[in-house]
Amino acid sequence: MSETVSANGMDSETFDQFIDQLERYVRERLLPAEKEVIANDRVPEDILSEMKDMGLFGLTVPEDYGGAGLNTRQYAQVVRTIAYAAPAFRSIFSINVGMFNSAIKNGGTDEQKAEWWPRIAAGEVACFGLTEPGSGSDSAAMQTFAKPDPDGNGWILNGTKRYITNAPHADVGLIMARTEKDALPKNAHVSAFIVPMDTPGVSVGSADEKMGQAGSHVADVMLDDVHVPGDALLGGETGQGFRFAMQSLDNGRISVGAASTGYARRALDSALKYANERQAFGEPIANFQLIQQMLAESWTEIYAAEAMMADVTARVDRGEDTIKHAAAFKAFASEMCGRVVDRVVQIYGGAGYLAEYDAERFFRDARIYRIYEGTTQILQLQIAKRMLREYANM
Amino acid sequence: MKILVPVKRVIDYNVKPRVKADGSGVDLANVKMSMNPFDEIAVEEAIRLKEAGKAEEIVAISVGPAKAQETLRTALAMGADRAILVETDDEVEPLAVAKILKAIAEEEQPGLVMLGKQAIDDDSNQTGQMLAALMQRPQGTFANTVEIDGDSVIVKREIDGGLETVKLTMPAIVTTDLRLNEPRYASLPNIMKAKKKSLDVKTPADYGVDTAKRLTTTNVAEPPVRQAGEKVEDVDALVMKMKALGIA
Ligand SMILES: Cc1cc2nc3c(=O)[nH]c(=O)nc-3n(C[C@H](O)[C@H](O)[C@H](O)COP(=O)(O)OP(=O)(O)OC[C@H]3O[C@@H](n4cnc5c(N)ncnc54)[C@H](O)[C@@H]3O)c2cc1C
Repeated sequence: MSETVSANGMDSETFDQFIDQLERYVRERLLPAEKEVIANDRVPEDILSEMKDMGLFGLTVPEDYGGAGLNTRQYAQVVRTIAYAAPAFRSIFSINVGMFNSAIKNGGTDEQKAEWWPRIAAGEVACFGLTEPGSGSDSAAMQTFAKPDPDGNGWILNGTKRYITNAPHADVGLIMARTEKDALPKNAHVSAFIVPMDTPGVSVGSADEKMGQAGSHVADVMLDDVHVPGDALLGGETGQGFRFAMQSLDNGRISVGAASTGYARRALDSALKYANERQAFGEPIANFQLIQQMLAESWTEIYAAEAMMADVTARVDRGEDTIKHAAAFKAFASEMCGRVVDRVVQIYGGAGYLAEYDAERFFRDARIYRIYEGTTQILQLQIAKRMLREYANM
Repeated sequence: MKILVPVKRVIDYNVKPRVKADGSGVDLANVKMSMNPFDEIAVEEAIRLKEAGKAEEIVAISVGPAKAQETLRTALAMGADRAILVETDDEVEPLAVAKILKAIAEEEQPGLVMLGKQAIDDDSNQTGQMLAALMQRPQGTFANTVEIDGDSVIVKREIDGGLETVKLTMPAIVTTDLRLNEPRYASLPNIMKAKKKSLDVKTPADYGVDTAKRLTTTNVAEPPVRQAGEKVEDVDALVMKMKALGIA
C-alpha cells in the first residue's frame, strides 16, 4: 500500500500549492536569513521550527505515518526549490527525507516503520553513519563492529564514524557496522542499526571546520560499548545493511543532484543581475559577448541537469533500476554546479573574490557536491561497471 | 462568533504587470496569480482571533473564476474552516462584490467581515466601505490592530500622521492594512488537510446579484519611465539644484 502511494505521490494540485508556498518561503524568509545563518554558523531556531511545522522533515514519509508521501519526482523538486537558498537549510532535513527514510522504507520492519517514521516526520533529526576515519569511498572496509550482546538479544557497537552530517543535532543515527570479522561477498559483513543518539556510549565530537556550507555541521560519532536492543537491527536481519545503504544512496544522490541544480540556478540568477548592473567601458558587462557566453553555457547546463532530474526521478517512480542514472545525474549536476559557480565568480570579477559578495560563498558551498554521496570518480566507476556488465550480457 | 473573510485572486505581487498592446488592460495570460496580499493579512488576523478563542469559525469567500478555488484552498490551508466560491468569469466591480457579500452575510450572520483594504490589481479600496454601507453596519478601515472587546471590536486605524482608534459594535466590517500582521505560510500537513474541507460553489444569480459592468475602462497605460537621477558634489550643490528645480 505505502509503495503505491509513494510512487504516485501527492496529487498534483496539492503539491503545486505547496511548491508555491515553498517558493515564497524561500524568497521571503530563507534568503533574507542567509546572512544570519552564515554569521552565526547555524540555522536560527525560529526558522528550524517553521521548517518542521511546514512538514519538510517528513516529505517522503508515507501519509499514514505522519508524512506527506511525496514521490521521488516531487521530493527532488522540493529539494531543488529549497536549495536555491543557503545549503544549510536543506542539510538539516536532508538525512530525514533521504537516507534515513529510504533505509527504513527499503529495509525496516513494520515495527521500525511505526516507531521511526512518525518521529522523523515530526522533526526529530536523523544522521547517517557510513564513513569512518579509515574508509570513505571504500565504505565496506569499515571497522565499526557490532557484536551480539552476551546478556540478551541485543548488540554492542564500537567504532568511530567521521564527517557525519547533522551529528551535533541528531536525535537518531542509522549506523552501519560490521557483524562479521571478515569481508563477505556482496558486503554481507555489514549491518545497519538504528541508534538513538542519547544511548549511553554514543558521543559526538565538536563540529568540524569546513570550506563552506556555513550553518550545516559535520562531526565524528564515537561509539563506545553502545548497547542497543535486538530490534535496533534494521530489517531484523544481519548482512543486509550494505544493500539497504546502497539502495538509499540512489535516493541521496538524486537529492544532491537536485541541490546542485537549485544552487546553480541561484548563482546564475545572481550573476545575471550583477552583469546587468555592473558597468565597464561605459556599458553593462552583460552586453559583452564573452560574458554572454558564460551566461548561456550556464543556463544550458542547468537546463540539461533539470531534464536529467525529470527523467531519473520518473524512472525511480516507475520502479526501474536507476543505479546508473542516479549516479550520472549526481555526477553531472554537481560538476555542472562547480562550473557554474566558477563562471559566476568570473562574471563578478574582483568582487567575485571578496567575502562581501555572494559569488565566493557560492563557489565554496558548491564544492562538496562533487564529493559526498559518492565522489565523481566513484560514480563514474559505477556507471562504467554497469555499462561493461550490460555489454558482457548482450 | 463567525468571521467572513473575502479573498480575491489577483496577479502575484512579485510579477511585473505588462499592459496589453491595445491598452485594454493588464495581460494576464500565463501570469502567476495569488491571493491578494491584503486579504492574506485578513485571513491571518481571523485565524489569530480564532486561535485566541475569540472566534469559532472562519469562512473564506471568493468571487471570481473557477481558478479562484486555488485561492480559497490557500485560505483553507492557512486555517479557514470552509469556503464559498461565487463563480463568475465576469470582471467583477467592487459594488457587485459588496452586494454578493451582503447576501452571504445575511445567510451566515457573522460577527466580523474582515477583508483587505484594497486589491493590488485595481487598487479600488471600495469593497469594504460599500459593504458597510449596504449592511448599514460600522466599519474600521486600514486596520493596524484589531482587538475584540465583548460585543465590540476595537480597531486602530492607520491614518495620515498617526493612528486613530475606533470602537465598533459588531457585526462590523474591518479592512486590513499592511502592518496588521505577517501572514503565515501554509504548511504541507495543513495543505493536505485543506483538501478535505468543504468548498461550496455558487453563482452571483444564487444571490440575486447582477454583475454587469457599470464602469468602462477607456485606457490602461504603463506609468511614465522614471528619469535618471543626477549626482551632485555636495550639499550646497544639492540645495542649488533643488532651488533651480523649484522644489526647495
Ligand atoms: C561535508 C561532508 C558531509 C558528509 N556527510 C556524511 C554523512 O552524513 N555520512 C557519511 O557516512 N559520510 C559523510 N561524508 C563522507 C563522504 O561521503 C566521504 O568523504 C566521501 O564518500 C569520500 O570518501 P573519503 O573522504 O574517504 O575519500 P577517499 O575515499 O579517501 O577518496 C579520496 C580520493 O580518491 C578517489 N578515489 C577513491 N577510490 C577510488 C577509486 N577506486 N578509483 C578512482 N578514484 C578513487 C576519490 O574520488 C577521491 O578523489 C561527508 C563528507 C563531508 C565532507
